[in-house]
Formats: sequence, structure tokens, C-alpha cells
Amino acid sequence: MSDILISRRRLLKTAAAGAALGVAPGLGAIGPAAAAGLTMGIIYVGPRDDFGWNQAHAVAAKALKAVPGITVVEEENVPETIAVQKTMESMIKLDGAKLIFATSFGYFDPHMIEMAKKFPDVEFRHAIGLWQADKHPKNAGSYYAYLHQAHYVDGIAAGLSTKTNKLGFIAAKPISSVLTNINAFALGVRKVNPNATIQLIFTGDWALPVREAEAANALADAGCDVLTCHVDSPKVVIETAEKRGIKCCGHNASQASLAPKGFITGAEYKWETIYKNFADLLAKGQKLPNFERGGYDKDYVQNTAFGAGATDAAKAAATAAIADLKANKPYVTGPIKDNKGKEVVAAGKTIDNYDNFLETTNYLVEGIVGSLT
Amino acid sequence: MTETTQSSGLAAPSAIGEWIGGMRRSAEFIVIPLFALFVSASLFSLFLLALGKSPQTFFELLWRGGFGTEFSWQNTLVRTAPLILTALCVAIPARLGLVIIGGEGALVLSGFTAAVVALPLLSWAPPFVVMPVMLLTAAITGALWIGAVGALRHYRGINETIASLLMFYIAVSILNFFVEGVLRDPSDPNKPSTAPIGPANMVGEIPGLHVHWGLAFGVVIAIVLGIVMSRTTFGFAARVTGGNVRAARAQGLPVGTLMVSATMIAGACAGVAGYFEVAAILGKANGSLIAGYGFTGILVSFLARHNPIAIAPVAVLFGGLAAAGGLIQRRMGLPDATVQVLQGLIFVVLLVSETLYGRFRLFDPEARG
Repeated sequence: MSDILISRRRLLKTAAAGAALGVAPGLGAIGPAAAAGLTMGIIYVGPRDDFGWNQAHAVAAKALKAVPGITVVEEENVPETIAVQKTMESMIKLDGAKLIFATSFGYFDPHMIEMAKKFPDVEFRHAIGLWQADKHPKNAGSYYAYLHQAHYVDGIAAGLSTKTNKLGFIAAKPISSVLTNINAFALGVRKVNPNATIQLIFTGDWALPVREAEAANALADAGCDVLTCHVDSPKVVIETAEKRGIKCCGHNASQASLAPKGFITGAEYKWETIYKNFADLLAKGQKLPNFERGGYDKDYVQNTAFGAGATDAAKAAATAAIADLKANKPYVTGPIKDNKGKEVVAAGKTIDNYDNFLETTNYLVEGIVGSLT
Repeated sequence: MTETTQSSGLAAPSAIGEWIGGMRRSAEFIVIPLFALFVSASLFSLFLLALGKSPQTFFELLWRGGFGTEFSWQNTLVRTAPLILTALCVAIPARLGLVIIGGEGALVLSGFTAAVVALPLLSWAPPFVVMPVMLLTAAITGALWIGAVGALRHYRGINETIASLLMFYIAVSILNFFVEGVLRDPSDPNKPSTAPIGPANMVGEIPGLHVHWGLAFGVVIAIVLGIVMSRTTFGFAARVTGGNVRAARAQGLPVGTLMVSATMIAGACAGVAGYFEVAAILGKANGSLIAGYGFTGILVSFLARHNPIAIAPVAVLFGGLAAAGGLIQRRMGLPDATVQVLQGLIFVVLLVSETLYGRFRLFDPEARG
């Protein structure tokens, strides 16, 4: 939140990172590594090792670095202020970047749009689907992966791994992109286990480790035996679940190593597919798509390998669900009611996986115990 | 030089002798902080060597990223603008002996009220009405917020440092409550923000500098406050109070009024910083207002020894550090916290260097030779 208040934590982290870096060869050279080829900049809002959103992107960036002719420059902990504009400008002017990936939500408006107008020969892409052809510059765009498909698979595996039929979901904020994941998880659970309920707690912000731990303990006390979450870094939730001896599903990146006993599976982004596709296009001299999105069908999301918490039935059902999603079979089919009894998808109606309907979610589906306010 | 000093140091000091004495006294305030900077840079170099990184590369990149190119200067000055104002929020009460560390709260809340007061005006009022109303609202909000800290201190004896820090969390909660609730712009389903103030009401750039007008405001306010604190009875009374509250009371100085008005001035400065964050950069109020400028401002003010005039150059230094941070991260593979380690070292060494004042005869105008 503020620089000075977390400086001690950061200092410790720096020391730890420093110890790790100390053994790495090659002292920093002053010029950008490659003059020829393409330089791309990736900007993160938090640390690259957060077991979550930022790490998911950083892992993908590592894959990109291996592509010959591509130089990746990265900057972490860049706040969503004018600082990110200056970081972009710095990458363009001092590092010669021709492609900028802005990976945090708040980078888009006004920061990335301003920079796209200022540097028309540089391509900008934002990691959430906000770009609109009629409103935004042509050298900007967005790319997004349908993580909710993987949450749906999580739900199926979790629904067949619970014994108490009570599952817990800890979410940051009641906004569309989060609600879609919660609903997908609930649809998965209820598809295989119609008696199960999902207890939902909102913490109020993306990174509130203390409140996340409290929520996880409260849900465990209430009898939930599977926990999952949508917060920036699921580390605390997963570790708390493991400590309490209950099961868990991950989010954003792999947390399997944090819960060797209770981990079922987790919803993971596969950003490297998108980044690699983009890199290939650029290497061929082609323009990047302005609006790129997809799910399992395009290999943009995946589920973490099953952990010790997954039952055999859960593994089989989840694997089947993945196969369906890879074939782009819709998973949202009516009738679906919200948790106040109002019908949101009529009986017999099917929502296509690419339907914008899923991105404008403003309700919780039946089976979720909780409310938006 | 020596001769002049000696002769003037005799019975009646001449004007030139006084001038030299003044210079010596000022030199102390420049040499000791510079020495502290040098020591912290040396300690930091050892830190880098322990990590297996080259200090030379680090300082080269620091120079290039902060000051080495035209763009670097812009980058530095953009970050300098809010730092000058938030540092003033620390410096003015510090003259009275008050340690206010909650300027960030005033910035956040003022940015929020500025964005909100604009909303009902947007449909009919021209920019030359909207902009001053926003600026004034922000300044008043900040003044009331930090002024309340001063009042609590004077009337209820509540520690101003703790009060201002805790009020920062209240400010953030107020912002979040409204921005995620009744004042949320429904057209943005994802990042909760107030409705935008519109491009017409945005503050532009200083021609030729590519930095918004907040920088000029900051510099002018710093100079004005510098004069107020050193050349007016208000400033004098504030310094007396800071030196010894009981003595000030015994002299009949209105200590309560001084405390409340100084904290109000301080809060207004942070409020103006909040206004420019909204009106020059964000265009609306949201969580991005909480960027830590208020906290870095504390360091700036301490390094400037709470002297408003010295705050501007020190803010440039910290702006440059922040601006170069990214380049250092990218080129040297160091974590983002590296520059903060340097900032922290500067702060600690600086506090330690406080004990050096008055120990060197060189800086003492009364001393002979």
C-alpha cells in the first residue's frame, strides 16, 4: 500500500533475492542485451514471485526469453499511476522496446492509452479484455484468457472431493471478472454434486493476507472441507487450508507445492501460449491481433496437475470436462438461477464460450451462500 | 578570508562578518547532509558488492535513468511534483515540533473530494469554474484533515504522529467505501472509480517541460512557505514554539492557534498534491491515489531539514531515485526494492548525522579562525 510501511518486508525480500542472485553469473551490463531483433517490455504491478497473477506472467516471460532474437525487459512493483507511463516511456526510449505488455488492470486507462497515442510505432497490449476498436488507438489492444473455464474444472474436481458438501470461496472484490470465476466454480461443483453449497467471503481487496487467513479459518470452522480463492496471491489461503487439514484448489499459478496433502487442482493461466504466438507473429513481420482471447480451446488456460487431495472420481470427471472444453463445448447451459431465485439463463439456452455475457456477470449463481454487497 | 573573519569577529561585527557567519551556519546544513548522502552511498555500495553487483554500474544507471537524458529529467520531475507538496506537509508542522506522517491520507482524501465535487458541475460549468473549485475543495479537505490532527494534539493531547498515521487508514477506507459504493462509475464494471472529470477539466503540461503544472505549484508554494517561515512573525512564533512550548506559552504566544494553523497549511499542501494527481494524471479518483507519495515526502522533508526552500532540490533527488529505479531493475536484474534499500539507508544515516550538528568549530560563526 505504501512504500514506507512495507519497506522492512521488502528489505528482507531483497536480501533473500540478493542472496539468490549473488550466485548468478554475469554482472549487469549497461546496454540492452541485443541491438537487433525485438525488445519487449513486460510490466508487473506486484512482485514476480507472488505465487499468483504476476508470477503467471513472469513464468511466461521466461519462456519468451528463450526465443532467439527476442530481448525481454521486465519491471515489477510498478504502481498504477503516472509511474507506469514513465516506465513504458523508459522502456521505449532507453531500452528500445517496440512491444509493451502491461499486465495490471489499472494500467489501461488512462496510462496505456496515453502512451499508445504518444508512440504510434510501438505496439501496446493489455492483459485484460478492455480494448474496444471504436474507442481506443489502433496500436493498442488486449489479450485475455478465460480462466473461468479452469475454475469450472476446479469445481468439478472439488465437488467430487468434498465430504461435508460445504466448499469455501475467498474472493477479493465483487467485480465481473471475479464473479465469473466464482460462478464457474459453483457450476462445476453443482453439476457433479447438486447438494453441495459454496460459502463465499469477499475480503475487499486484492492483497489482504491477514483477512484472507481469517476468512480461510472461518470457512474451515464453518465446516468447509475444500477452499479456493480469487485473490492476487492465493498463498495464504492454500497454506491455511493445508494447516487446517482440509483440501484446496489453486488460482492464477501453480500452488501445488504449498499443499502436498490437500491440493486437488488449480486454475492456471497459460500466458506463454499467447506471448509465444505474439512473438512468432512479430518474427514473421506480421501485426499482432488487437483483441485476442480464448480458453482451453486455444491452450490459454490449464489446470494444475492433480494433487493428493483429488479423488479418483474427481480426476476422471475433471479430465472429461477438460476434453469438452478443449473441443470448445459450452459449459454454461440453462436453466441457471441466481442465488436469489431469479432466472439468468433460460432453460434450453446455451451460452457460447466466447459470449460477452460471461464477461458482464453481476450475480451469483444458485448454491452460493453469500451476497455482492 | 581568514583575516576578514578575524577582524570582524572582534568588538562590533561588521555587515560582511555577519554575512560570513551566516554562510558558515548555512554551510553546516549543506555539508552535513551531503556527507550523510556520501556515507549512505558507500554503505549501499557494500550492499551491492555483497550481492555480487557492480556499484559503478548502479550509479551510472542511476544517473542515466534519473538525470542523464531529456526524458530522464521529465521522468524525475513528474515524480518530484507531488513529493514537494507532501514534504511540505511534514516540514511546516515540524517547525513547531510536530511530527506529522499522515500526509498520504490527506492526499488520498483530497484527491477524492476534488473528483467528487466536480461531478455535479460537469454538465454545465466551464473548466475555469470546475478547476478552481476542485483545487479549493482539495486544499480545504487536506487542511481540515491534518488540521484535525493539530487540534487533537492541542486540545486533547493526542500524539499527532500516531493520529495522523491512523487517519491515513481512515482516509483509505472512506475512499474505498464511496468508490466501491454509491459513487462508483457504473460504466466501468471492473476497476472501481468515480466518474471521469473529462479531458477539458484536466490540468495541462508546463510548455516545453512535459511535466504537469503541479510542479510549478509545488515550487511556488515551497518558496512562499520558505519566506513565511523565515521572514514573518508567524514563522518566528512557530520556531519559538518548536524550540520550547512552555517558553512560547510564557511569552504569550497563541500556541494552539499556531499548531492548528500550521497543520492546516500542511494539510492544504498535501491536498493540492491530491488535486494534481486527480486532475493532471488519473482523471478520476480510485485506488491509484494511494501511491506512497505522502510517505516518501517524510524522507524528503527530513533530508531537507524541514526547510521549505531546500525541499524542492531534495525532492528532485528522490524523484530521480524513483525514476531510475525501473532502469536499474531492468538492466541489473535487481529487485524493485533495491532503490528502497538506498532510500532507507539515506534516512537512517541522516537521522544519525543529526548528532553532528554543532560539533564542528568550522561551522560556528562565534569561533575564531
